[in-house]
Parts: sequence; structure tokens; C-alpha cells
Amino acid sequence: MTTSAMLILDILMVLSLLSLAAAALATSDARRSVILFMAFGLVLALAWARLQAPDVALAEAAIGAGLSGALLLAAVREQPRPALPDDTKTVHHRDHSSPKLLLEWTVTLLCIVVAGVLAWALAQAFDRAPQDTLAQAVNENLATSGVSNPVTAVLLNFRAYDTLLELAVLLTAVLGIFALGPARPGYRAAGPVFGGLVHWLVPVLILTAAYLLWVGAHAPGGAFQAGATLAAAGVVLRLAGQRTVGLPQGRTLYLVVAAGVGMFLVVGLSLLLLGRPFLGYPPAWAGGLILLIETAAMLAIAATLVLAFLGGRPQPPRTNVTGGKPLATLISTLSPRSRQGLSGADAPGAEPHKHFSEDNSQC
Amino acid sequence: MLTAHWLYGITGCLVVALGLRTALLHALLLHRLIGINVMGAGVFLMLIAVAYRGPGVAPDPIPHALVLTGIVVAVSATALALALARRLTAEQDN
Repeated sequence: MTTSAMLILDILMVLSLLSLAAAALATSDARRSVILFMAFGLVLALAWARLQAPDVALAEAAIGAGLSGALLLAAVREQPRPALPDDTKTVHHRDHSSPKLLLEWTVTLLCIVVAGVLAWALAQAFDRAPQDTLAQAVNENLATSGVSNPVTAVLLNFRAYDTLLELAVLLTAVLGIFALGPARPGYRAAGPVFGGLVHWLVPVLILTAAYLLWVGAHAPGGAFQAGATLAAAGVVLRLAGQRTVGLPQGRTLYLVVAAGVGMFLVVGLSLLLLGRPFLGYPPAWAGGLILLIETAAMLAIAATLVLAFLGGRPQPPRTNVTGGKPLATLISTLSPRSRQGLSGADAPGAEPHKHFSEDNSQC
Repeated sequence: MLTAHWLYGITGCLVVALGLRTALLHALLLHRLIGINVMGAGVFLMLIAVAYRGPGVAPDPIPHALVLTGIVVAVSATALALALARRLTAEQDN
């Protein structure tokens, strides 16, 4: 009785996943595509809650649907609007010349073959007995890991190397973003209603992040979900026109961005000096060390995601208002906008004002 | 036998194929990027389906940890790709 109800739910969920993915990819309007992609992410989060993966569901809702969507929408906003229909016309009314058509059919065929191979690999994976997998080893050693949430135990203890390298990937991405240019222009200062909401929302988000960090030791949660929630507070501040978006300035910012990798290395190397393997925590200290690393990782992940939303190196406010900085003039098309944007809502001129009001209506 | 892990796993395969097709064929960079993200989501679906052991049984935590890592890496790679695309547009406009 309940299983057949569950089956109906599963089929509905799978059908909505497939149709949302197809719709997001089929539409030629970038904004619509991003919004459908976000909806796809939210249904995906539900699917993961259904498949007993609550840690992943939390991360998907916060990052996959929330922050990815915010990043993509910020990018769509920057695209020149009139250029879009021209571009999409070539995509939509594609010429039906035979080489183009041949290419499309070949690629479609290739994708069908890829799906077939994946399905075959999936069947192999399903055939394996549960006791053959590493899950057994995780369950046997969970008591010595310092935490009772098996996902946190895998991420921060048994496979801590993976998480260290993941944080290194994040750091690399931030350095790449820094190298590519200055941040996007800011937003107009929030009106009274949105401003009031921000006053409530940001502290609640910070508290939620702290809760998720703490609870991750024994229940769904952890550094990734907490970092994403903290980053959401930064995004809200950014949309409200707050210039520093809660990020520290100058050298402290670099320290925070590198904190995750740094803390991992400090803990790992200290243990090495004490004669233990790299990141091989003594069981008695494991809980404390994991919390220490997770706190640093949360701050680094949050700073990274907020910087990703800024889309570039944050500009010191003073030098930007006065202008003439070589960095700002490097990309001449961006610098006038960024200078006007950072100087705040009171920037004179009709063009930037129109630009800002458009921003707020779209977000 | 149509059980939940098969249903979600096969959906994952199809989602990967859909994303791959867009990533290879679409003319616009942003749509290709969304295609790659959809592909990633399909891979995550497959992994979580493999981890699922049925109702009342604890799932395998290792694919869950892999997917968590994957989600964070995917968003940072997307952010880097968007920054690259933005710089590319700026260079082309000059």
C-alpha cells in the first residue's frame, strides 16, 4: 500500500526531474534557462531527501539550486540584452544544411551511447553485495572517528585528504577569479522593506550556519552546508547594496580564503611531528580537531562563494571613487560601470540609475 | 524490477546524456555551462542511487561524501568559468 504510493511519488519526481532538465536545456532564453535549472536543483534536493541522503539534500538546496543560480543570474544580467535574440535566432532557427544536421545527429547518437554505457555501469554497481563496499569499514570504525554522522566521518576523518584537496580546488578557483579582473559593479542600496528584511535575515543565516556546523558531528550538516548558508548571508548583503558584503578587507581576506587549506595543513603537519600519520587523528582528540578544521573550512568556503558571486577581486572603495587605478582601467569597458557602481546609489547620471533599477527588479 | 534505485539511476544516465548534448552542441557559452552543470547533477543522481539500500537500511555514506565534495567543486568551477567568460566578453568588446 505504502510502497505503491511511494512508487507513484518516485515516478512523478523522476518525470519532473527529466522534464525540468530538458526544458532548462531546450529554451533559448538564458534567464529562463537559469531559473528552470534552479527549479531542477530544488526537485533534486527533494529526490535526495527521498533517497536518504539528507546531507546532500541540504548542500544541493543551498549550493546547487541557490548559489549556482545566483551566480548564473548575475552572469545573465551582465549579458547585453539586445544581443541575446540575435544569438538565439541562429540557435533556434538553425540552418538545416547537411553538415550541421549530420553533426547534430552524430552528437545525439554519441549521447545515447554514453547513456547506455552509464546504465550498464550502473547495473554492475547494483549487482555488488553491500558488504563488498567500504560502507562496512566506515561502520566498523565510526566509534573511533570522533563524530557519529558517517558522512562527516568520511569527509573529515577517513577521507580527509579528499576534503583537503577539495579546499585546494576552491582556493585555486578564487585565485583564478581574482586574476581575471575586478568585481562586478555593486547594487543600489536597499529600500526600507528589503533593508528591514536584511536586518532580520542576515543574523538568522549566520545563526543557522553556526548550528549546521555544530550539528554536523552527529546529524545532517557540516562545514559545506554551513559555509553555503553563511555565503547566502553575504549574497543578501550584496543585493542590499552593502559594499563590503561582510567580508574582511585587505590581508585578512586572503587569510580567511586560505583558512581551510591552512588549518588542514597545520593540523596534519602537527600530527606528523607528534609521530602520527598525516591527518591521522588520535581518537581522543578527533572530535575537537574535526570541529577546528570544519570551522576554518566553513569560513573559507563562505568567503570563496561570496567572492565567486562578486565575480572578481573586491575593489578598495577609496581608490575606486577617485578612479585612475591601473586595475580598473585595465578593462576599459568595465571600469566606468564598476566605479559608478561602487560609489553607491547617489551616483549621478541616467544610465547607471537605469542599470541599477533593472538589477533590483531582476533579483 | 522497477525499484527506486533503478528509477533514479536510469534518470541520472538520461540527465547526463541531455546535459552532454547541450554542452557539445549549443552556441552560447552560458547554455553550455548549464549543460555541464546538468551533466554533473546526473552523475550525482547515479552515485546517490548506488548508495541507496532500500527503506529502513542505512545508505552507503561514501558516495554521499563524494557527491557533497562534487557539489562544492562544481559551483567553484562554474564560478571560475563565468569569470573567464566575463573576461572573454570584455576582451572581445575592446
